[in-house]
Amino acid sequence: MMKNIGLIIELNNGKIKETNFGMITLARAENTELFAIVIDADTGVLKEDLESFGITNIIDVMLPEGQQNNPVICAKAIITAIKVFNISLVCGLSTAKGKDLLPRIAAFMEAPLIMDCHAIDPEQNLVKTSQYSGKTIATIKLTGEVLILGVRPNAIAPLKAHTSARIVPVELDEKNLVSKGFKVIKTSETDESKNINLADADVIISGGRGMKNADNFDILSKCAEKLTAAVGASRVAVDAGWVPYSMQVGQTGEKVSPLVYIACGISGSMQHFAGMKTSGMIIAINTDATAAIMSNCDYYVKADALEIIPELTKLL
Amino acid sequence: MQLYVCIKHVPDSAAHISIVDKTHIDENLTFLLNPYDEHAITEAVRIKESLPGVEIIAVCLGKNDADKTLRSALAMGVDRGILITSDKRHDSIETAQALKSAIEQDGTPDLIFTGKESIDAEGMQTMFRIGALFDFPVATNVVRVDIEADRAVVDSALSGGIVNTYELSLPCVLGAGRGLNTPRYPTFPDVVKSKKKPIKKIMFKELNINVSLAGMNIVELEPLLQSREPKEITGDAGEIAETIIRILKDGAKVI
Repeated sequence: MMKNIGLIIELNNGKIKETNFGMITLARAENTELFAIVIDADTGVLKEDLESFGITNIIDVMLPEGQQNNPVICAKAIITAIKVFNISLVCGLSTAKGKDLLPRIAAFMEAPLIMDCHAIDPEQNLVKTSQYSGKTIATIKLTGEVLILGVRPNAIAPLKAHTSARIVPVELDEKNLVSKGFKVIKTSETDESKNINLADADVIISGGRGMKNADNFDILSKCAEKLTAAVGASRVAVDAGWVPYSMQVGQTGEKVSPLVYIACGISGSMQHFAGMKTSGMIIAINTDATAAIMSNCDYYVKADALEIIPELTKLL
Repeated sequence: MQLYVCIKHVPDSAAHISIVDKTHIDENLTFLLNPYDEHAITEAVRIKESLPGVEIIAVCLGKNDADKTLRSALAMGVDRGILITSDKRHDSIETAQALKSAIEQDGTPDLIFTGKESIDAEGMQTMFRIGALFDFPVATNVVRVDIEADRAVVDSALSGGIVNTYELSLPCVLGAGRGLNTPRYPTFPDVVKSKKKPIKKIMFKELNINVSLAGMNIVELEPLLQSREPKEITGDAGEIAETIIRILKDGAKVI
């Protein structure tokens, strides 16, 4: 039987974030029909991109005026789309936005939800995710009428599969679109929001104790700018007050899977690895040859990152 | 005002995890209070200190020995504890039902805290399920909480430095993020005092729990093996930088 799969597309300034295409690729399987769920966007503009990854239906969802940032309203609108189009498996990105949206959908529907999946078998309803601080991989069987999945950004590389798609609007009943006792007062952006998002980045340059102070993080930022990379940090650097918590990679920070992770002056504690061990390639730069990260990476450099990174920036 | 904090007894993040019978971990290791729950407790205590007549109750679903984690919560300033005992592993649908049922039996919540996720199952959803069962509004990854007369104004941190400010009517459910506060660890007198505080034990099967058709069941657990073979890059700073660029270009193909 044909299975309808819904893919909640996360947009950034009206454009499709690259990581969505990896998610679509991961969910694509035999006997499935792919429905992109697009919220508050000009779907006509996005059609071609979605078609090139195998989407055959684009569900155009327009939220009521003034509710664009309300995750409760958004969750309820998506639930309407799930019901109207008989969707039995819903995927969204396991980003900060996804973490505030997908569990709301799952809770309202009493549907099972697994966040941060990196493999999906839509036929068997099996997914893989990491557990125990990234030390184990769990294969989980989901049961229920509708299953919800949060997909780890960059879990796999996007692979094209051309189709043609139709755009279908979904009619929302505004009477049902209420968020009882919940209001969005404002959305604020700090200086960091101008930088590249850690969860989506292809390349991350992270600094740890070896950065020595807050100012030296500018050295990483300059290099990151040339590489279109995001800048991360270890807990030591955050606790020392050199950089804000939102930059922390690890067990109690952001969990990332970039193509390349460059660790500068980071010893590589178990808790740090919990947040970045699924990176495609790890390059470690550390003066201490006995640091744990030096024996658990792809390339290592026994040197001071403060000397190597500026050279790298010069050559880029 | 009754303030409930849902906490979890989890393996120490620094512990080595080994797997037995393909689906469970060897539990012969140190278990602690889930780190995000420390922030939830600290915030509850802060609210208690700023408002009159607040009682804090910690609720935990776990095996019998999870009472150690409840003791830690009591030492951090929680007034009393409820342990829902079960030898089984429960998914978050059942966990939320058990927590809701235990809270409802015990009192009238004005505010329910959880951590934003547990570091073992990493499910990130129990707070939303508790909220849906009670029909209370929910916010997660909260990094600031202001309690006003009948509402909570919170900052919920999205990644990349974007913060949403939400207003929730009370009662509500809040998932504590790490930026919320600095956990206040107990002093020796706190620990001594906590020994006199009560922990009520109830059995999971005594609670009113609907069998859900929906579920999440671990069918296999395997260690995440690292198979990286480190290669050294040598030379002076300029040569090393050149080699790194070649690797980024030809190996990783990111430039």
